[in-house]
Amino acid sequence: MNKIRGLFIMLTAFALSSGFAFAADEITNVSYDPTREFYEQYNAAFKKHWKGKTGKDIGIVQSHGGSGRQARAVIEGNQADVVTLALAYDISAIEKAGLIKPGWQSEFPKNSAPYTSTIVFLVRKGNPKSLKDWGDLAKEGVGIITPNPKTSGGARWNYLAAWAWADKRYNGDEKKIREFVAKLFGNVLVLDTGARGSTNTFVRNKQGDVLLAWENEAHLAIAESRGEFEIATPSLSILAEPPVAIIDAVVDKRGSREVATEYLNYLYSDEAQRLAGKNYYRPSNAGIAKEFASVFDLSLKLVNIDDPLFGGWEKAQRLHFIDGGVFDQLYAKK
Amino acid sequence: MRARGKKAIIPGFGCSMGLTVAFVSLLILIPMASIVLEATRLGLSGFVRTVTDARVLAGYRVSFTCAFAAALLNCFFGLLLAWVLVRYRFPGRRLMDGLIELPFALPTAVAGIALTALYSDKGWIGSLFAPAGIKIAYAQAGIIIALTFVTIPFVVRTVQPVLEQLDKSYEEAGRILGASKTRIFFRIVFPEITPALLTGFGLAFARALGEYGSVVFIAGNMPFKTEIAPLLIMSKLEGFSYGEATAVALVMLAASFVIMFCINRVQAHASGFAGEL
Repeated sequence: MNKIRGLFIMLTAFALSSGFAFAADEITNVSYDPTREFYEQYNAAFKKHWKGKTGKDIGIVQSHGGSGRQARAVIEGNQADVVTLALAYDISAIEKAGLIKPGWQSEFPKNSAPYTSTIVFLVRKGNPKSLKDWGDLAKEGVGIITPNPKTSGGARWNYLAAWAWADKRYNGDEKKIREFVAKLFGNVLVLDTGARGSTNTFVRNKQGDVLLAWENEAHLAIAESRGEFEIATPSLSILAEPPVAIIDAVVDKRGSREVATEYLNYLYSDEAQRLAGKNYYRPSNAGIAKEFASVFDLSLKLVNIDDPLFGGWEKAQRLHFIDGGVFDQLYAKK
Repeated sequence: MRARGKKAIIPGFGCSMGLTVAFVSLLILIPMASIVLEATRLGLSGFVRTVTDARVLAGYRVSFTCAFAAALLNCFFGLLLAWVLVRYRFPGRRLMDGLIELPFALPTAVAGIALTALYSDKGWIGSLFAPAGIKIAYAQAGIIIALTFVTIPFVVRTVQPVLEQLDKSYEEAGRILGASKTRIFFRIVFPEITPALLTGFGLAFARALGEYGSVVFIAGNMPFKTEIAPLLIMSKLEGFSYGEATAVALVMLAASFVIMFCINRVQAHASGFAGEL
């Protein structure tokens, strides 16, 4: 009987505490995997900023996971005030579910992307297979590690970057582009489900010759290793713009629109832009990006997803990544 | 239903049956029905196209063969483990007994990452096999290892209590009558533990079929080779293709239900047989 009473007390306490959480000033930021370190630092900075501005304390609940999975969690009722995901496509899915009003991508500056990144090659010390550009990756005997574009937002950027390079190399001859991308993916040894899994496979389990990685992940891996790796920057890559958005349905219900808006706006402040740079994200503020010129190859040619070649996420997704799309055809049984 | 005809020894049939039905409905029937419902949104032709896609079929093959191999492996080693734990007294026996449940307590992703680190061609164990050209991690062997690990407790824990209660006098009688040790094992001990072994096999097989967390780290996830069906379901979900994902899941569910049902029938038959002894 005592046990049952204990259970009741626990449940009541739980219900009460979650009730209080609603009343208190607190927001939830649902984000994707590799932003963990950045938002830890940013949240501390924002709390100070908010206290100075309004005199109030603010709690920030931070959640990380695969970008697509996080988007689904929000659609299925995870009460996020803001999302900071890897792809505009995942945020569009939340919009389609009716939780975000259309036009969110122009709500904040720079396509609602306060920081950007790109895809680079992480290779072993000395680059023993001299992998310098996308063309080298399709050569025989090269082992590539990349997450699966179907399960990882980041990997879709990898795939599109390779496609963009091939498009330039073969002057838009689609047959040749497909052949090249198929060859490249034929060299893939392990298709992990997420970016962190791939990094683990390449760094800890020492598989493959090259890891196709987010620039920030590649820098993190180098910072954590003792000179085992180096970054090779290809001649052309893709401009990854991980966007941010307010979940209108949630902030209106909770009355947290003001703080949520400020939370995302402050990402564009000089302080936050420098934090992004320190965490190896390219600051969208060009002036501050220059401060990190020794970290990022700022001359790298970057193709945007809205380039006519891809025509935005909706189109790219429909053509390349849906079931039976171009990516699946690469792996169709030969 | 028998309770109505005869006065049951323990009262409260109505109450307990009601609770059972509610429990089964809330936790099993309703969620399962929602899966069926979601899959029907595809329409028959869409459903058939999804589940007969070459890559999905390859995924089924990988999932079922690896789960079967893992369950079989566990039957053998699980029986051995249970036997050692019950029949011998040695220092550290309690500790070993306690370790059996560990695979259940460990988050499966952690197990997957740890096993991959050990069994990759650069890992401690994997590097011993690599010179012989045997690849464990990032091959089907790796999937089987991961599945065997997460399902170890099933066979051990189902067989153990039966072995503990086995009356040794039968074996003694056999020995007095001059039967060899092998004969005693196969004619006296084995028939007694067969039902438990089958139950353990069924549980391990079913659990292995649905396992996702540990496998995705060790498998390599290459289409047609090491891509398991649950991963295909996940990748369809990531693309927001709910209908396709549930269609693949539904076929797995139906197949495992049929297999489990058959195992249960065989098991019932076997226990009936053992009861006659």
